[in-house]
Amino acid sequence: MSEMQDYASSLEDTNSRKFETFSYLPAMSPEQIRTQIEFIVSKGWNPSIEHTEPQNASGSYWYMWKLPMFGETDVDAILAECEACHQAHPDNHVRLLGLDNYAQCAGASMVIYRGTPT
Amino acid sequence: MAKKYDAGVKEYRETYWMPDYTPKDTDILACFKVTPQPGVPREEVAAAVAAESSTGTWTTVWTDLLTDLDYYKGRAYAIEDVPGDDTCFYAFIAYPIDLFEEGSVVNVMTSLVGNVFGFKALRALRLEDIRFPIAYVMTCNGPPQGIQVERDLLNKYGRPLLGCTIKPKLGLSAKNYGRACYEGLRGGLDFTKDDENVNSQPFMRWRHRFDFVMEAIHKAEAETGERKGHYLNVTAPTSDEMMKRAEYAKEIGAPIIMHDYITGGWSANTQLAQWCQDNGMLLHIHRAMHAVLDRNPHHGIHFRVLTKILRLSGGDHLHSGTVVGKLEGDRDATLGWIDIMRDSYVKEDRSRGIFFDQDWGAMPGVLPVASGGIHVWHMPALVSIFGDDSVLQFGGGTLGHPWGNAAGAAANRVAVEACVEARNQGRELEKEGKDILTTAASHSPELKAAMETWKEIKFEFDTVDKLDVSHK
Repeated sequence: MSEMQDYASSLEDTNSRKFETFSYLPAMSPEQIRTQIEFIVSKGWNPSIEHTEPQNASGSYWYMWKLPMFGETDVDAILAECEACHQAHPDNHVRLLGLDNYAQCAGASMVIYRGTPT
Repeated sequence: MAKKYDAGVKEYRETYWMPDYTPKDTDILACFKVTPQPGVPREEVAAAVAAESSTGTWTTVWTDLLTDLDYYKGRAYAIEDVPGDDTCFYAFIAYPIDLFEEGSVVNVMTSLVGNVFGFKALRALRLEDIRFPIAYVMTCNGPPQGIQVERDLLNKYGRPLLGCTIKPKLGLSAKNYGRACYEGLRGGLDFTKDDENVNSQPFMRWRHRFDFVMEAIHKAEAETGERKGHYLNVTAPTSDEMMKRAEYAKEIGAPIIMHDYITGGWSANTQLAQWCQDNGMLLHIHRAMHAVLDRNPHHGIHFRVLTKILRLSGGDHLHSGTVVGKLEGDRDATLGWIDIMRDSYVKEDRSRGIFFDQDWGAMPGVLPVASGGIHVWHMPALVSIFGDDSVLQFGGGTLGHPWGNAAGAAANRVAVEACVEARNQGRELEKEGKDILTTAASHSPELKAAMETWKEIKFEFDTVDKLDVSHK
């Protein structure tokens, strides 16, 4: 049995802040981002990209990157927009959503580029 | 054509057995599993059930002739064999919609499972399913918020929600209780939960519990940057007291409260659900006492009926069984009532025990809650069975972690996220579960320790209440 460890998390340490789905896993590799985009496309959801300063991540509204990519199914095109948003805002969290217009709710939402907490 | 009054006892089937009747779209339909006393013909028993659950009594009365009984009566319209069991049969009964007060599951059930269950001509009786016509569904308030609204309120998308019931069930002081909640929430849970029998006992009165738990939520939210909740149980001896506790939960900013809808009663539940809708509160529903009603295969009320009752009465979460944990639950049957909770239209499917098409129209869905004897090793199966629209609730499987609640919570959070990520990649969770968890544990010491702790535990007893399929 592994030896007991302290659970490191505090108000003081901004690295303790999480950002919902997949934030307890290691940061995504480019290949992992691609497979999640493929998943969103396979569900028929509309890809959408949003970003925010890490300290403002807990609100409902992040900054939209352009408009949701309605009807876009080209994985490379979606990936290119994700990268463009990341290039423009390298210190921000960038999240990818799959908007399900039938459920009127995001079917998927995940931070694909992690920002720099301040 | 007017009839003459003819006193005395008539055979039920003369009036209530109508094999040529075509049910109307507005009828409430019921399927009963009937075990008759020996020697009583099926048609007579089915007609008796229809009579005793609607307009009939044991003898003709003159006041029958003051109304149009042929309109108001329940109609036994079909009989079917029960696969694999010759002691009983299914009786299908149609009730005209105006036998029931609008928006009242209390009234529907008082008729359908009232006196008839003690009727002497029956050895046993079980209400297997009800078809509520959309016309009736629309008169009910239903879930206060529904699945999509809950996701938006709590900012949880694309994964099951994670919860934990605080243990020991009874005996903690409010401050110690809040500590247990705080540790679980800071470790990555979305919710902690009052156990069902935590109401307001001398060792921990409700108001202190509510205050300490809210402090735990606020600190865990500030620490993790995520939105959290705790199901504050407002089940109380009177509905006035229940409402008092609900009002206080709202006053201190709690996002979700909890009620036990069977022991607390459907009237109180419906009242609370309407209040929750008016006040933007989520409502978690526990089902204590359900197994008294639904476990015996020949007598009682099937859980799929209790599920429909709750969706109509109102609740945003309902315990559904886990299939894989310590509590009873056949897999196909569970999948059937999970559909009944969440979907907007559920087709008849005897392989899942569903006897009728059920149209829910615009009524929001209820999140099934899988709780009871589950731990990280069950996670791949749970994500596969329940999908994203569910709450997976680990009590002992969080608090029993050798390093404490925060580590236990983190282990479960890492496991659920790893399973969702793998599923999205097209991997088969139930086949590749061990590999997925082992890989995830390589970067999570908390998950690794959890996997070492629980690897040997299994709950492999056969279910008592199986679906009726031929097993002769």
